[in-house]
Parts: sequence; C-alpha cells; structure tokens
Amino acid sequence: MSPFRLLRPFLLLLVGLFFLFPIFWVVLMSFMTDQAIFSSPPSLFFKPTLQNYAALISGHLETGTGTLDVDYMRNLGNSLLLAAGSVIVSLLLGVPAAYAFARFKFRLGENIAFTLLSFRFAPPLLVLLPLQIYFQDLGLYDTYGGLIWVYQLITLPLILWIVRGYFEDASEDIEAAYRLDGHSWFKTFWRIAIPLARPGIAAAALLAFIFAWNNFIFALILGSSAVQPVTVGALAFITASGIHYGQIAAALVLSILPTLVLALYTQRYLVEGLSLGAVKG
Amino acid sequence: MAFIELDDIAKSFGSKPALDGVSLAIERGETLAVFGPSGVGKTVLLRLLAGIMEPDRGDIRIGGASLLGVPPERREVAMAFQNFALYPHLTAFENIASPLRARQLDETQMKRRVGEIASLLRIDHVLDHLPRALSNGQKQRTALARSLVRAPAVLLLDDPLRNVDAKLRYEMRLELPRLFKRFGSTALYVTQDYREAMALGDRIAILLDHRLRQLGTPAEIYNHPADQRVARLFGDPPINLLPARVEASGGGATVRLFGQTLALRHRPVPAASGWDCLVGIRPEDVELSSEPIDGTAPFRLRATTPFSVRTALLLAGADGGELIASTTNPPAAETLWARFDLGRAVLFDAATGTAL
Repeated sequence: MSPFRLLRPFLLLLVGLFFLFPIFWVVLMSFMTDQAIFSSPPSLFFKPTLQNYAALISGHLETGTGTLDVDYMRNLGNSLLLAAGSVIVSLLLGVPAAYAFARFKFRLGENIAFTLLSFRFAPPLLVLLPLQIYFQDLGLYDTYGGLIWVYQLITLPLILWIVRGYFEDASEDIEAAYRLDGHSWFKTFWRIAIPLARPGIAAAALLAFIFAWNNFIFALILGSSAVQPVTVGALAFITASGIHYGQIAAALVLSILPTLVLALYTQRYLVEGLSLGAVKG
Repeated sequence: MAFIELDDIAKSFGSKPALDGVSLAIERGETLAVFGPSGVGKTVLLRLLAGIMEPDRGDIRIGGASLLGVPPERREVAMAFQNFALYPHLTAFENIASPLRARQLDETQMKRRVGEIASLLRIDHVLDHLPRALSNGQKQRTALARSLVRAPAVLLLDDPLRNVDAKLRYEMRLELPRLFKRFGSTALYVTQDYREAMALGDRIAILLDHRLRQLGTPAEIYNHPADQRVARLFGDPPINLLPARVEASGGGATVRLFGQTLALRHRPVPAASGWDCLVGIRPEDVELSSEPIDGTAPFRLRATTPFSVRTALLLAGADGGELIASTTNPPAAETLWARFDLGRAVLFDAATGTAL
C-alpha cells in the first residue's frame, strides 16, 4: 500500500470535519441556552434544553426586555410554499421549453436559450430596485404570486438547461418509432420523452428547490413578514436586547431539515443530474 | 402505377448531400433490398418514407397519394430501426402492443395479436421483461414484432440484422421472407451485406454516391453489374477486374490476358481498335487444372483461403498479373493452369467504369 492510501482515511476525516463541524456546532447550539453559548471556554458538556425549539414553535420569544412575538413557523410554511410553487411553475414552463430547444431548430433558438441562462449571471441587486417599484405598481408587492414569479429567475434557467441536456441525450429514434406506431406528437412527448428524462427532471427540480429555498434577497425586498421565508425570518432573532444565537441555531436546524431530507432521498438523481448538466449544459 | 413511388428525391444536410435525385417504383407485395456502402443515404431514404424527415425536392407517393407533409403517425408505414429503438421503460409486451394501442384495439384482441406475433418470433417467454433484460437477438425480434404486429402495408427495415450475432442473422435471413409474405407487406430492406440483399430482395436497388446506380433482380445484378464498382461490391471473393486492350481482328475482337490472345465472342465491342477495358471475371468462372489443357495459361499459386465449401486461390500469372479463383477441389500443385470463359465475363470501360 502506498503512503497515500494509508493517509487517505485521515485526510477524508479532516475534510469532513472541516465542512461538517460548523453544522455540528449549530446543532449543538440549538440545544443550548444563550448563557451556555457565551460561556468561556466553550464546553461540549452542557445541560441540553429544548427551550429554543419551544420558543420557535410557540412563537413567543422571552427576551430580557419582555416577550417578543415571532412567526417562524409561518416563515417555514412560506418557504415551502414559495420553493415548491416556483419549482412547479418552472417545471410547467421549463420542461416543454427544454424539449423544444433540444429537438427543434428554430430562429434565434440558441439566443433565447442563452438569454434565459443569462438571468443567472446578473446580480439580483441590479434588478431589485426597479422590480420593487414595478411590483408596488402592479400590486404584486408582498404577494406569493409576485415572489414565485421573481423566483423564476432562479429556478427556470436551472431546470431548462439541465433538462435540455437530458432530452438531447435521449435517442430521437425512440420517439420516431413511437410516432410511427401511430401516436401523436403530444403523446410521444408525454409518454416517451418525459419518462426517459425523468431522472434529469427530478434532479433539476430538486436543485431548483434548494436554490429557491436558500434565496434571501428577493423576499427581503419584495415582501413583508407575511410572505417571507425562513431565510429572512431568522432576522427576527436579532433584537434590540441582543442576538439570540440559540433561537437562530434552532431556526437554522429547522430550515435545513426539509431540503436535507429531500436531498438524501434523491441523492442518486442529484449527482447524476449535476454531472450530466456539467457535460451537456 | 406502382404502389410506392419515389420521384426525383433529393435531401441534403447543410452542404452534405444524402440523396441526389433518386427515383424508384416498388410494386405491392414486393421486397426491395436497398444496398450500398455506409453513408450513401440508405437510412435517409427510409426516414423520408417514414416521414421522420421531409425531402428537399421530389415527391413520395404510396398508393398514388403524395405523402409530403403527412406526419409519421398518419402514414401507415412501419419501421424497424437498426438500433432497435425499443421503449426502455416499457415491457416487451407493451413495446409490441404500442401500434395496437394507438389503434385503440380492445384488450383481449390486443393480447391475442401480441401473443401470436411473439410466438411466431419465439419471444413469448420474455414478454414481461424490460428491454434491458433482453438479449440482443430478443431485442431485435421485439423490434421486428412491433413493426409487424399491425400487418403494415409498408414495412421499412433499417439493417435489422446488423447488431445480432452471425447464427441468428443466418436464421433470420431464412425466416424473414416468409414473414413478409405472410403479412403481405411491401418491404424496403436496407443492408450493407450483399448476401442479405440477394437472399431477401425480390429486387435490389444499389445506391452509390447518393444516387440510384442499378435496380434489378439479384441474378441481374450479379451477372450484369452496371459498373465495376457494383461488380466489386457483389461477390466474395471479389470479382477479378483485369485491365486489357480490345483489338479488332478479322470480324471480331480479341483481348490479350496473361500472355494469351482470347477472342471475344457474342460480345458487341466498339469497332475502334485500342479500346482500354476491364475484363470482369468471377472467381468461380475460372477453371483450374494441374495439367496444361487447351486454352490455359500457367499460374503460380500465391495463397489459398478456405471458405465453407469453396477455397479461394490467389494466383500470379507469367506477366505478374494476379487472378483470384475459387473452386470446390483445389488442385494441389505449385503451378496451376487456368482458363476462363470470356462468354461469362463482363467488360467495363476502363475510363468510366461502366459496363458495356
């Protein structure tokens, strides 16, 4: 065995620790009181408490200056609604578009596809101010619909480009054979093209969900607390009486749980979809 | 009026031509083998008929009605693809039943028809398998069953035996003509194997340089190839093409081959002397003996290759020219004597390659 092979487990452990330790520490913090968090030196041995989670779920935050109402559970619900809603809209629009870009040559086709991708290049701050004004005028400010619409900037290009790669990868002959059997163009799309691209669609949808879930700036500017997701909601714990690290940690743990479960469940698709996107996109 | 008519079809991809002015007429119930080297446009021809592509120029008619602009699902044309093109997420049964589902057949009738064709092709035991669980031969039969199950009026087969092993290919070559007749289909069979073309085609269409070079029965093509390239593509071991000069002598004409002057009988040749030609002689038309007999020339044996029944021999003449012969009982000698019947030879113009 080469020295590298002997060293490999330790190196892997080191890398793992480096990346996972912050998450581990956040999970520990979520079970600590604020006093325990600030104790110096920090200790791994403390009396675990569920008070942070209790405060989040009940919505009442006890602070030094009194009780503060937070609506973190509503934020969590908003996050789910916004992320799932934008992914569904993106799938409905993006999958047929991806098929068109993969299968048909049309005028300006590549330019349109690239323009959609370029939404990912522009810094959100560039468009946020004008968008805020438009949204106010159109009555879209502080609505789920408005946020889902603007989230399309994140989710649509992602789904379009990953799924397009999958459609291009599938054999056109299979679709031609189905049509020669006597099935219409639409049935061929629905019963052959979509099922064959399903792993790609699943991977793209999951990635888009995570990206939408993690978005902060759009919801911060374009909505009030009624529609804001967890990323913005966690700001509520920075209060006049101090920063409540325990609750923030608990909020973080709650907010990564749904995506973590989803990612673990579809891990295989995710890796496959990502690598294919890298090659074909 | 023929059943299928292709009228001056042209198709190109960018600046690369695929087909350039191909006209064909195929009778109802006929099997036409489409033969040619790869990249010559055979598959494109089938795709144009299927409606997967549209021609740049020309007309395609089936039963007198033009198919231009008619989508594939309304052409009543079935096709078996070279790469099988099975639906990977559907069982063999569902693959075969697909054309029947499109025609909304009821469930019992569908089961009966799929069962019939499956047992005919001996895949009835794997009907509940997904394509990835099938062997290559079973995949090929599933694809074939899918194209046959609806007894199509027109059947397009794109080199369906290309990706199967030699034994199965041989079996299918015997079996396919019976299937075509049984379903009464007019079939276009694309192949790169001249034996397959000869075994399966009532007629053979030969494509060269994206054009139809020759159309005829297998015997016509083998015995009277239109040019020396067609002659070379048909036959294994390949035809001998011997450069020679035709000289007028008396009332007829002669050529000199391997140091001998041979008379060209029953052959209309250009009256002018000194015409350069290629004399095409099939290896099996070379007569060998170990003794010098009338009309033979001496040859040295260079190499032998045993085929199944016949043995191919590479011979070198006294002037260094080479000749391939094939025979069932090769004489065992270093020096052989060979003669050939010029009455069976084919003459090609040396400059253009076209047959006389």
